[in-house]
Amino acid sequence: MSEHVIETNGLTRFFGRNCVVNELNLKIPRGSIFGFLGRNGAGKSTTIRMLLGLLAPTRGSARVLGRDSAALTPDDRARIGYLPEGHHVYGWMTVSECGEFQRAFYNQWNDEIFHAVLSHFRLDMKTKAGNLSRGQRAGLCLALVLAPEPELLVLDDPALGLDPVARRSLIQSMLYVTRKADRTILFSSHLLSDVERVADEIAVLDRGVLRACCRQDTFRRQVRQFTLRYADGEPPPLPALTGLLQSFRTEREVSLTVANLSADDERALRALPNVSVEETPLSLEDAFISYVSERGEKSFFTKDLEGVK
Amino acid sequence: MTLRLEIFAGSGEPIYAQLEAQVRRAVVAGALTEGEQLPSVRALAERLTVNPNTVARAYNELITEGVLVARPGRGFFVAPRRQVFSDAECQRRLDAAIRAFLDEVALLGLTQTQIQARLRTLSAEYKKL
Repeated sequence: MSEHVIETNGLTRFFGRNCVVNELNLKIPRGSIFGFLGRNGAGKSTTIRMLLGLLAPTRGSARVLGRDSAALTPDDRARIGYLPEGHHVYGWMTVSECGEFQRAFYNQWNDEIFHAVLSHFRLDMKTKAGNLSRGQRAGLCLALVLAPEPELLVLDDPALGLDPVARRSLIQSMLYVTRKADRTILFSSHLLSDVERVADEIAVLDRGVLRACCRQDTFRRQVRQFTLRYADGEPPPLPALTGLLQSFRTEREVSLTVANLSADDERALRALPNVSVEETPLSLEDAFISYVSERGEKSFFTKDLEGVK
Repeated sequence: MTLRLEIFAGSGEPIYAQLEAQVRRAVVAGALTEGEQLPSVRALAERLTVNPNTVARAYNELITEGVLVARPGRGFFVAPRRQVFSDAECQRRLDAAIRAFLDEVALLGLTQTQIQARLRTLSAEYKKL
């Protein structure tokens, strides 16, 4: 068994002349909860659809559960659970009928999980799916995708439109699923505090380019912010920092956000005369925002480039 | 007693570091006593709705620091108070912490006496926690 459940090789997709996914080399370790981050239109859903063989890549390839995405067999698909963006349901079916319908496609079906998730979201079996609230629909979709106990779970923005309680239920369900060690979850989200709770690893996609793919800890450790205070007048000349993402200047302060600051650069920064240098802790959200800001274009921490683990 | 742990996702401090600091503080303050058992990694992760690896990481850091011990198959316990570091290592760590502290306060323009007085007050408060 491969240690990676998903592996892409130069995965690329154009829509017309527009390159939506650009030379993606993504590796998702078995057993991990993997957060897929990026702004709207960054190419996350397109990537997911190529991974599942629903969309042909223009170039490159993807392997999922050891097989090329273009050649997934029904047996392979039975091992994958996919929750598409938007929580689609057949409105004319009842919750119970949705379950029976879905069940007919799978050899394996855990009714206990199905009902546990439904009750988590307070769903009644007799309700018409079309009459459910957005959060309840999300709960139903989640129950449908979890009941076959897939080895690989792919959730495309599952938290979209959910209230805080439903979001917490979603996270609990995700953690519950990965109690079995060989279960892997790939999920995309804009809710960085949720990502912080659950994700072992993250990938950052920015305008089709993979700009980070590493452990969440690594990203947190390597995107740092420093505040430089100086007496008055002009700021001192700053050393050239290779990983500079953002710099803001106010009257007596310069605030720098840097990725992958080298020990030499940090020493140079701290040795500036007449300047106090203080590191400000960054939340995952702030780190992410700095990282995908206009200024930042370089890629750090992709394992291939930097060998960071 | 029940251990009160609270985490805030979305803050500047990573979740494992929040947990590590809270458990360490509970031990120092005597809310957790020597030999007392901590919740299992899984149970705590469920209670706080966080990835179990995050809890495991906090526990492992605390084991390295000598605050907790792991007894295989039984769980995590508050370690007996003992000197984990050699005298020289203790001295080195103390010096490093003091230098970092001095770097921070050097520009505040306070006198030695003011700083020492404040240090005494805050360490007394720390012990009372």
